[in-house]
Amino acid sequence: MGKENIGEFEELILLLILKLKEDAYGLAIRKALKNQAERTVTIGAVHSTLNRLESKGFAESYLSEATDKRGGRRKRLFTITASGKKALEKSRDLKVSLWTSIPELAVNKI
Amino acid sequence: MKPKTPIPPRKAEKLLTWFLRDELAEEVLGDLDEKFYSTLEKKSFRKAKLNYWYQVINYIRPFAIEKSKSINTNSVAMYRNFLKTGYRNLIRRKGHAIINIGGLALGMMVAILIGLWVHYELTYNQNHSNYEKIAQVMQHIKRSASISSHSAIPFPLGPELKHSFGSDFEYVVMSSWQRDHILSTEDQKLIRTGRHMDVDAPNMLSLNMIHGSLNALDNPNSVLLNESTSKAFFGDKDPVGQLLTIDNELNVTVTGVYEDIPQNSDFKDLDYLATWQLYINSNNHIMAQLENPKWDNNSFQLFVQLADQAYLETVSQKIKGVKSPHVQTKGRSFEIFLHPMADWHLRSRWRNGVQDGGQIQYVWLFGIIGVFVLVLACTNFMNLSTAHSEKRSKEVGIRKAIGSNRGLLIGQFLIESFLVVMLAFVIALVGIALLLPYFNQLADKGISLPFNLPIFWMLSIAFIGITGFLSGVYPAFYLSSFKTTSALKGALKSGSFSKLIRKGLVVFQFAISVSLIIGTIIVHQQINHTKNRSVGYDQSGLIMFEVTTPDYNGKLDVLRNELLNKNVIVEMTPSSSPMHAIHNGNSGFDWEGKDPGFSSSFATIWVSNNYGKTVGWQVTEGRDFSEKFATDSSAFVINEAAVKYMGIDNPVGTKVKWNDQEYRIIGVVKDVVMHSPHRPVHQAIYMMDNNRVNWLIMKLTPGIPTSESLQIIEEVFSEVIPNVPFEYSFADQEYALKFAAEERIAALAGIFAVLAVFISCLGLYGLASYMAEQRTKEIGIRKVLGAKLTDLWKLMSKDFVFLVVVACLIATPLAYIGLDNWLNNYEYRTEIHWLTFAIASVMAIVITLLTISHHTAKTAKLNPVKSLRSE
Repeated sequence: MGKENIGEFEELILLLILKLKEDAYGLAIRKALKNQAERTVTIGAVHSTLNRLESKGFAESYLSEATDKRGGRRKRLFTITASGKKALEKSRDLKVSLWTSIPELAVNKI
Repeated sequence: MKPKTPIPPRKAEKLLTWFLRDELAEEVLGDLDEKFYSTLEKKSFRKAKLNYWYQVINYIRPFAIEKSKSINTNSVAMYRNFLKTGYRNLIRRKGHAIINIGGLALGMMVAILIGLWVHYELTYNQNHSNYEKIAQVMQHIKRSASISSHSAIPFPLGPELKHSFGSDFEYVVMSSWQRDHILSTEDQKLIRTGRHMDVDAPNMLSLNMIHGSLNALDNPNSVLLNESTSKAFFGDKDPVGQLLTIDNELNVTVTGVYEDIPQNSDFKDLDYLATWQLYINSNNHIMAQLENPKWDNNSFQLFVQLADQAYLETVSQKIKGVKSPHVQTKGRSFEIFLHPMADWHLRSRWRNGVQDGGQIQYVWLFGIIGVFVLVLACTNFMNLSTAHSEKRSKEVGIRKAIGSNRGLLIGQFLIESFLVVMLAFVIALVGIALLLPYFNQLADKGISLPFNLPIFWMLSIAFIGITGFLSGVYPAFYLSSFKTTSALKGALKSGSFSKLIRKGLVVFQFAISVSLIIGTIIVHQQINHTKNRSVGYDQSGLIMFEVTTPDYNGKLDVLRNELLNKNVIVEMTPSSSPMHAIHNGNSGFDWEGKDPGFSSSFATIWVSNNYGKTVGWQVTEGRDFSEKFATDSSAFVINEAAVKYMGIDNPVGTKVKWNDQEYRIIGVVKDVVMHSPHRPVHQAIYMMDNNRVNWLIMKLTPGIPTSESLQIIEEVFSEVIPNVPFEYSFADQEYALKFAAEERIAALAGIFAVLAVFISCLGLYGLASYMAEQRTKEIGIRKVLGAKLTDLWKLMSKDFVFLVVVACLIATPLAYIGLDNWLNNYEYRTEIHWLTFAIASVMAIVITLLTISHHTAKTAKLNPVKSLRSE
């Protein structure tokens, strides 16, 4: 894919992976999305994005140990990669620099 | 009671696993489960279920959907492996494979050939686009004892149909008989068959015109030629406007050329088409009928095409009585009817006024034989593949052990048998392409492989499908049903049921083969029986000329004297009929002692006083015609059949009244077979009349080579009657032609019998080899215990001989019924002798023993040390 840029939803999910740390899997991310960003999406949508992030190399995944919950099925846990972090920083830096280049906004601090 | 724990909807889960990529299944199902239970805590079960469904549906996204299963590289390898093992299996047992595939290919070849022939026969005449609407007008003549049916009709019938029933007919076309005529330009003379027909004929027959139009017959002196006749005369030039002479007397102008009519049409020999008007103009006695129509002279043919809204049955009913009012019935009655074109070729035989089959019976007969041969070949194929497949139980075991499921194994066996059947089919097609020319010669047809007909391909594919499935289905389902361990142990032994089936198939095959052998013998017997019949005259060196032109008039004596002087002929005579046919029949004879109600009819042949000497008939009573008696011009010579027919004790001297004239019977001759050798000789009257010359018959001088005599005769002909091409026929050859149909059946039945026996033997051979292998150990033990070679041979042959005897017992009554039925078509028929059945049965048993002996002997001779060691 080689695409360096990330979309808004992708960025959101990457950030949530960082925030959830050791427990970043599909359903948890969806829950966090709902609670933090008040966005309701289907698990499929989250999953599809995670999948895309992984194929772009921004995230990695591994299967957890099996537990009694979920009918003994394992979870796929996601962590962010170095290039994922870089992409996040790049996106943040761009926005910050844009923000700071607009003085009235920076002063008013909306 | 604790409520049942709610679980996620199974159907949604099933749907998900169906489309979801396998590696995603675990996490996704886990997530969905977790979500389901968390929803359940807050909301209702129904809501949770609904949400589950919603989530599942939302997984239908490109990333999650499994890639199409067939692109799985493993399965390509698997199919490749199927082909490879199939191929190796064929190669490993080459003899077996050749027998198996070759036998099936042979069977298919025969079936396809017969299929082509049946198709050809059934589509006869269909190249005429008005096929369904064309009919020939015919009549039944009812006499006191019998009804006869004729295509000859009186002259006024055509105009009458046109006049009184015009709205029922699109075209009404009078026609002369199709026969040979001399066509000549200034520098060329050719004999061609043609007809005189009404102007509408080209339209009715839907001729494909190359030059000129379909209405080109409108001038009485116009003539249409077919392409090959036109080429013969004029090369590739457009012949329209060229002049021709028919029979050296009628001058005509070519006004059109039509494509040659295809072989499978009753008009295939129509080389030219002249006008009906010309026919009338050129014959005084027909001209006279324009003024004074004769309803009792049946000398013409009449074809019609029905109008679009008219139906054959109803029109036939309408015109039924159209002749009767115009004729004196004299104890007869006439019924006009329509004979549809669709029936001309296949159903043109009448018995007592009722349609009684014809060619269609042969179509049925060979159709059935074709199906039988095919079934034989298929059962063989199935039988052999089944027997052989048990050898492959280890392969099945290994496949199962490494993870083949039952469906795949079934697939493997079916694919294999499909490929083999396809191979056989290709071989069969190649064989047919090579054989077709010979077959066409034998069956007298112009058949080709209809590669452009979709129905041909559809049937072929259906056939390959059915045979492939049937021959593969038993091993496929049977072998794949075993447990892996027992299959690996090789402990597969076919049950008694499959043995029974196999035996049944052998009995079935041999029953058919034996029936065909019996049939062949009987058909040959019938032919020989008829051929050995006394014909009542001497056929050797008898040649005949058809007198078609007036050029012969007044030249006969010159011709005879010249030929006698040169000593090339013994005698020569004119006659109204050739030796192989009777062209005239008359009624209205009266004699002393005749029952007044008896409407008599005789074959009438006008001859000269040299007739007896020429043909060498045998006078049994009285005397032959003689020039010494001037009164012989009113004398009859009758045959023995006529004596019986008239019911008189002392025929010689009996006076017979006919047409207000009195004749006297002067002699009786032995029956001369002129008409059909398969029937009793017709009662015939011979009388003298030198004006009724339709044929010349000559007896060549014995001792002179025929070619020399013919050369001298030709020279004399070209001197005396230079305008007539020299065309002759031999009486014995013409007579032999009467057996053509029967001999064709005999040849075909013989070929099919040989094929059926051969195919059955192939099956038997394969089966014997299988059985021998199965019993290797048993034979070894018997040998050790002291069995002799002959004992062992007997032991192994017994089973097969028993089966063949059963087959003979089944075949005998069936063949008897069928053949007795066939022989009933012949009034002069052979009897079916029990010896025939005995011979056929013995033949079958001998063939069986010969076939299996190779294997039985081989097994019996095997060193028991070796056979017992094999494990």
